[in-house]
Parts: sequence; structure tokens; C-alpha cells
Amino acid sequence: MDTALIPEGVKRCPAWQFILWIGLVGVVLLWGVYAMLLCWIKGLNQTNMNNAYGFALWIWADLAIIALGGGAFFTGLLKYIMGKDQLKNIINYAVLIGFICYSSALLILAIDIGQPLRGWFIFWHANVHSMLTEVAFCLTCYFGVLCIEYLPLVLENRQVDRVPFFHNLTHNMHEIMAVFAATGAFLSFFHQGSLGGVAGVLFARPFGYRTGVLVWPWTFFLFTWSAAACGPCFTIFITKLTEKIVRKKLVQDNVIELLAKIAGWMLATYVIAKIFDTAYWAFVTAPSKGFTVSDFYTGNPGSIYGYWILVMEIVVCGVLPAAILITDKGRKTQATLWLAVILAAVGVCLNRWVMVLQVLAVPVLTFESWATYFPSWQEIATTILPVAYGVILISLSYRYLPVFPQEKELNPMVSPHTPEGRAEPQASPASPEPALSPAES
Amino acid sequence: MKHANAKKFGMVIDLDKCTGCGSCMVACMAENNVPFREDETDKLLSLSWMRVYRLTNGKPFPDTEECYLPRPCMQCEGHHGHSPCVSVCPATATDYDTNTGIVSQIYTRCFGCRYCMAACPYHVRLFNWWDPVWPDGMEKSLNPNVSVRMRGVVEKCSFCIHRYQQAMDKAFVEGRRELEEDEYQTACTQACPAGAITFGDLNNPEHAVYQMVQPDAQHEGRPENPTAFRLLERLGTNPKIYYLSRREWVRRAGDNYLARESQSHAG
Repeated sequence: MDTALIPEGVKRCPAWQFILWIGLVGVVLLWGVYAMLLCWIKGLNQTNMNNAYGFALWIWADLAIIALGGGAFFTGLLKYIMGKDQLKNIINYAVLIGFICYSSALLILAIDIGQPLRGWFIFWHANVHSMLTEVAFCLTCYFGVLCIEYLPLVLENRQVDRVPFFHNLTHNMHEIMAVFAATGAFLSFFHQGSLGGVAGVLFARPFGYRTGVLVWPWTFFLFTWSAAACGPCFTIFITKLTEKIVRKKLVQDNVIELLAKIAGWMLATYVIAKIFDTAYWAFVTAPSKGFTVSDFYTGNPGSIYGYWILVMEIVVCGVLPAAILITDKGRKTQATLWLAVILAAVGVCLNRWVMVLQVLAVPVLTFESWATYFPSWQEIATTILPVAYGVILISLSYRYLPVFPQEKELNPMVSPHTPEGRAEPQASPASPEPALSPAES
Repeated sequence: MKHANAKKFGMVIDLDKCTGCGSCMVACMAENNVPFREDETDKLLSLSWMRVYRLTNGKPFPDTEECYLPRPCMQCEGHHGHSPCVSVCPATATDYDTNTGIVSQIYTRCFGCRYCMAACPYHVRLFNWWDPVWPDGMEKSLNPNVSVRMRGVVEKCSFCIHRYQQAMDKAFVEGRRELEEDEYQTACTQACPAGAITFGDLNNPEHAVYQMVQPDAQHEGRPENPTAFRLLERLGTNPKIYYLSRREWVRRAGDNYLARESQSHAG
């Protein structure tokens, strides 16, 4: 039915199977859209947020998916600026994942604000001292960059590519992509950092507040660092997961291992910095405000915010995956590689959770107690909504676009006309640059 | 107007006089058109610009003591107007007025991101989770000088700024530039039956608030009166609400201290 749209030389599941899959995920998507409309029409009383928890699940989701989407800018930086050319085999997917993460973050922000129609005020009445202003500007600009980075892939669809204008446009965009990769890295540094600054500058919230350099608290740098470390881990995780689902190899191991090695060293250095930051905060910053570490981690209902969360974030989801990824054996063993990338992704999500939720949960006034919160189904549905949207966009992109340059090489199609059923090469994988001519010419 | 000559409106609340009657809360709600709902059991969803806390010394009978602590907006100055909420608002919907020392809130510019709520440790910033609905007929008793707020924006105590504006208008008409101390008073101050709340200009040595706390301008308004204190002063918020109490445990409840620290020696 849709064979003409599927890239040449690759095999895809039957159309009915694909439609069924999209339909199932679409139901989840519609559930999220329904919750989103409820929030827009009836207001934020549909949530379980309150005056103690002005920031909650959505802001966490924003921070987490932007960190996980950090694979796009960092892989782009490595490929286009640092010259790690091998990563061209995974950069498309990293960009796609980044595009999904950032568009989702913008959508969640649009739901999260009390007056969505006034969202543009953040640009029009911008307060240059606010970290959120920096987030809004850099995030919006970077989303534009991601659109530009994703566009050539869309234009490489078999039918679109037949149009000479689009074919040439794609070629020319590839030529100048380094400029956008550099712009993306620059913007990402600032918005990942300013997201870290969101909690870090709150000098009246001792759990979140950090000292720093000039106007930037240490969390500014730690957030960028952790996104550069854990974003690629998430890219690897989604790549491996996609390979499991479609039951074929899509990216060669040496590419994954290179990205894992770099991410591992980033994670290792990040964890060291994070340990220093935590120690300074615990023994210098917090006591100067009259708090001890035990004030932050004890006495809360159900020990939701106990010391375990600190150990989990730094040791289990930081030191352990870093130790795995910086060793050759750890990266080459599939089980440990899976474990490491999952732990790294969980770790960065956990970090964002505490830097949003725990900041607000810790009582500051001596006569107040810990605030508790559990999201409403509308909040959960609207947070799952981007996941469903992401699954659909990945499914469509995988089916109709040449996302994985190595797919044909790694999965040669067996032609019935080939003697002895041997693999028939469909295209030369070694060819670095396709001929500059329309596909049908 | 130079900041040195500017007003710095502030409040002194004598906790040893406060009976916890809640008149200040009621007066505030009526004066400022603060909406309410039929079910107000969840106080974390309530809009109370002025909230009265009940504190206890935690000791068993017969040594139990209680104290009621009214908490309006602290109108923090921070360092040079860098108050916790003002600096974070991405749309400049809240501002520190160096002429009055009042932290404003522009409802029509706020787009409801709630970053200011996250920044405020006093929980004085409140979100309109619902559109205001007034019982039949009550809309006729709303204060015409205060705009009602719509769903999706943040609001907070304004030190009854409309009263200041009205008093200044009257003074200008009469050819004056300065207000008498009693010309601008907040609703909560006037409503307190125990006379526990005093309001005035902390920059003016003739005003009662100045004389009661003796703010040290060299140290960001730190009170020289040993029975006066401010909430969470150690965080650097530099609030303009001062509390008075002769009871040491009450004063200590105003801030966080390490076990080894005494109140007077804390940084």
C-alpha cells in the first residue's frame, strides 16, 4: 500500500501491522490530548498542584526530556565540530530524538502555564535576569535549529527526493549543517544550563540554591554537563530498543561503543563534579543558612525524600554507569551496556526530579512541614502524551525515511532471483556522498 | 526621586499581643476582593494574602506555650531590590518599587508560570486555580479600587497599594508631597482589635515602625531592638515585616539555626 514511500533496499512490516501499531499508540495519544484539552478549557484546577507545589510533574518532565534530548546537540557537536565522523551513522536518530524531546517540552510548557494565550509575554516583556527567560529564548531558538537539522531527513524520503529542488536543498543543507550543529551546541549550553539555574538561583530555597561563578550557579554547569553525558546514553538506549523492536541491527557496534565511551567519560567527570558540588553545598552553603543535610533528607512522610535518593542518584545511577561505560569490556558486553545507559538516563531524570520537587517539598519556615504531592490523572496523561507522540514520530520516520544509513549494509535483502539466495547489495555503503542528481533522473 | 529619600513601607507585628482572632485575614480578603470557594478545607488551594499560623513551643503541659503569627507578604528587598520573586519572574510581571519598597504584582501581565511561587519561601504567593465566583449579590460589595483576578495568574498581598495611591492623589490635590503617618494604613492594620499590627515608613525615624524596631540601614534593615526579628533573615531575603516578642522560643522559631548556634551568633 505504501511501498512507494518506503526507502529502497530495506524491509518494513506490512501496512496493516503498521496501522494497527499506530492506532494503538494513537489511543494513548488521544487520551493525553483529552487531558490536555481539559487543562486548557477548565484550567490548572485539573491538576493536583497547589500553592506549595507550584512546580510539579510537568516541570520535571520538561527538565528531564530536555536533558534526555541532549544527545542531539552533543552528538552533533562530536560529529560536525570534533570530527567524529563515525557518528554520522547515529546522528539522524539523535536529531530525531532531540526533535521529539524539545517539541514535547514546548507542548508541556504550553499546558503548564496558567494563561497559555499569554505565553508570548515571556518574549515581549522579557526579564533578562530570569533564568526562565533564558530557557525560553534558547529553547525556542534551538528547536528551530532542530527543525532545520531534521528537515533534510524528511526531504530524503524516496518520493520527496524525486523533486530536484528538494534533492538539491537537502544536499546543500547537509553541506552547511556544521554551522547549525555549532549553533545548536551553543544554544544548548545556555538552555541546559539555565534550566539548572532555575533552581540554583533560588537563594531563599536552601535545598536548590547553589553558589557559583558571576550570575551562574554551579547547577548551571552541572545540568549542561549531565545532559551532554546522559543525553547520548538515552540516544543509545532508544537505538538499542528500536533494534529490539524491529528485530534487526541498525547501527554498527563500533559507532555505539564510540558514543558510549565519550558519554561514559562525560558521566565520570560529571559525577566527580557533582560529588564536589554536593559536598560543598552540604557542608558550607546549607549550614550558612542554618540547615543541615539531615533537614533535607529526614522527617518527610514515607521517607520519599530519604538519603536513598542521594545514593541512588550519585552512586547507582552515576558512579556505576560511568564505571561501566569507561571500560572497554563494559561497553562491549551487551547486558552491561544496556544497564549503564538505562541507569544514566534514570539518574539524570532523578536529578531533575529532586531539583524540582524536593526543592519545594523541603520546609523552609520552621513552623511548616513537608509538602506532599501526587499528580492527577490529567497530569499523568499529558506527560505520557509526548511519549506516545514520540513513538508515532519515530515509527513514521523509521518507516518512511532513511534514518539509519547502515541499515541496508547490516541487513542485506535476499532476492529470490539471486543465485543460491546470496545477499544482493542494494547500494554501496562505502559511498560517502550520493551523486548530486534526482533519484529518477 | 532618589532612593535615599524614598519610602520604605514596612510592618511591625507584636506577637505577644496577637490573639489569633483572624480579623486581619477577614479584613484583607474583603479589602482586596480575594475570592473563596464553597469548600475551603484544603488550605494549600486557598487564597489567603494574610495567613495566621499557630506556633507552639513543643513542650508538654504545663509548660506549653502558643503563639499566633500573622504572615502577609514580606515585601522582600533582598540585596538592592533583588528579592527572591522579582528576580525570577520571566515576564517582569512583578517588580520592586524603590520609591515605596513594595513588591508589586501585575495581574494582566502574569502568565502563570508560578516560578515566583517556587522562589518564595514564605508561601505568600498564591495561584488562582479557579476563576473567582462570588455568591449572588456579593459582587455588589466588591471593592471598586481593587481589580479582581482571573484564573491562571499569581496574586499576593500588595500592602493595600490602592490605599497609598488614593492617599497620594488626595495629597497632590491638596498641594502636598508627603503623607501623614495615618493617611496610608493597610486594612489588616486597621482591623486588628489588639493593636498588634503597626504600619509605616521604615525610613522615617518619626514613624512608629522605625521607633519600634530601629532598623539598621547599614545592615539591610537588621533590627537593633533585641526583641524584634524577621522571618528567615539568614536567607538574605531582607524582608520588611518585623515581629516583636519577648519570648526567646518565638524569636528562634523565626529562622533556622544549627544546634550549636545561638540566635544572636548566627551568621
